[in-house]
Amino acid sequence: MTLKRAAAITGIGEMKPTRSPDGKSTLGIWTDVARHAILDAGLSIGDIDGLLIGQPITEQAQMWPSILGEYLGIHPKYGNVVDLGGASAAGMVWRAAAAIQSGLANAVLCVTGEASDVETFYAPRARRSAQQLPYREFEVPYGPMGVNSGYALIAARHMHEYGTTSRQLAKIAVHQRTNACANPDALFYGKPLTIDDVLASPLVVDPLHLLEIVRPCTGGAALVVVSPELAKESGNQPVWLLGAGESSRGMMLSQMDSITTSPITQAAPTAFKMAGVSHNDVDLISVYDCYTITVLVTLEDAGFCVKGKGGPFVEEHGFTWRGDMPLNTHGGQLSFGQPGLAGGMSHVTEAVRQLQQRAGDRQVADCEVAFVNGNGGIMSEQVSLLLAVE
Amino acid sequence: MSDTAAQYAKPLPEPSAVSAPFWEGLKAGELRLQRCAACSRYVFYPRSVCPHCLSDRLEWQTVSGRGRVYSYTIVRRAMNPAFAQEVPYIFAIVELEEGPRVTTNLVNCAPEGARVDMPVKAAYDSVTSEIALLKFEPE
Repeated sequence: MTLKRAAAITGIGEMKPTRSPDGKSTLGIWTDVARHAILDAGLSIGDIDGLLIGQPITEQAQMWPSILGEYLGIHPKYGNVVDLGGASAAGMVWRAAAAIQSGLANAVLCVTGEASDVETFYAPRARRSAQQLPYREFEVPYGPMGVNSGYALIAARHMHEYGTTSRQLAKIAVHQRTNACANPDALFYGKPLTIDDVLASPLVVDPLHLLEIVRPCTGGAALVVVSPELAKESGNQPVWLLGAGESSRGMMLSQMDSITTSPITQAAPTAFKMAGVSHNDVDLISVYDCYTITVLVTLEDAGFCVKGKGGPFVEEHGFTWRGDMPLNTHGGQLSFGQPGLAGGMSHVTEAVRQLQQRAGDRQVADCEVAFVNGNGGIMSEQVSLLLAVE
Repeated sequence: MSDTAAQYAKPLPEPSAVSAPFWEGLKAGELRLQRCAACSRYVFYPRSVCPHCLSDRLEWQTVSGRGRVYSYTIVRRAMNPAFAQEVPYIFAIVELEEGPRVTTNLVNCAPEGARVDMPVKAAYDSVTSEIALLKFEPE
């Protein structure tokens, strides 16, 4: 079973993130990015026969595919909410390809995003009926700071096991900020950063500083995954799915064998094997970065460096768009912004942009193969993708 | 530290039929874990089946309450306003001598004094007349 070249991404739409909703609604944002993605792919509304949607973090409803389908005038043969947290967008890409390969659909629209801000994101949410979920019973009474405290526990343990330092982690935020300064759409465009700035920012959850933590904001992104036949008709260069892998573990860190090694160790090799490419073939790394530690653990677990050597590896390489190892060239979510699950989709849309040679001032030279990773929960759900042009 | 339920504003666990013996144990000042009669492994959090072998023969045992800090963080900003007066506080995972890991707070320990691998022992915090939380303190 392979999904290699079973489908291609031909169109993307993405909203420039903003700090607050400014009157926008989640449904309005979805509509806007969906429209742009469909037009970018060179399709009309009647061509879309599949619809995958990411659950908004701050807005709960049922039957989202029906709600958006009705609004846009889409009558999907295949529709789902993909519930993998930050890995949802990457998860949508292979689910769309699988649906296309099996003949369930020809053109699948994938949509993420929400109207949110820091206050809404961190506001206590209304309790619903699932009070007896294990994490509510055995974690919440001890005062976690959302998922921030979970990633802090990973960072602290990684430092203990491998000697990783805050200075090494800070470099990730700094190089991504350099990338954001070449991306006018990034939330932190025009605001360069130094390692000392990161280390001087307040500790929020030790050892993580404020500038190592993603900022929730408003925004959205959509993409269209199409069959090989439709791909050939697109005016855009098709971005082919070469390989995909997915692996998940539980909600609570206390239940994981190791908190410093993630299921990327299963997802990434599956994707590389399906794609038939090696790490040396990768021209762009576009991986989930809710925190600096997320990137470092991802680089290790995806096999770009030896486990535990992520710290020295970060010191040795340049991650800007003109560096030896371009990574998160849109700024990553740390500098682009995290508009709900569209933050995860930004890693896919940026890979598409780079592969199609339309990344503007931050274009990576000779960019033909991209590694994308989506990460959900506290390094629980993992989806790895290899994407390529030609 | 004991508040009445009305005064205690932080989230409280709602014990289920499955987890009730665990919470009853904490109230009585002891740590009780499930142990699987089929594969002999200890289980936490309380479940109706063993996550190692799917057996439903889980038996309650009182255990040492000793362990080591697996990882910890110092929470310096409260997300839930009910914790605003507690910051900075230590949010941690402790690995029990018997194997399972639990999410907890370290108490009677200055934030700067916490260390990964530090030996700790259970401290039963009766936050209401009905609920004691499982916290840990330096041994």
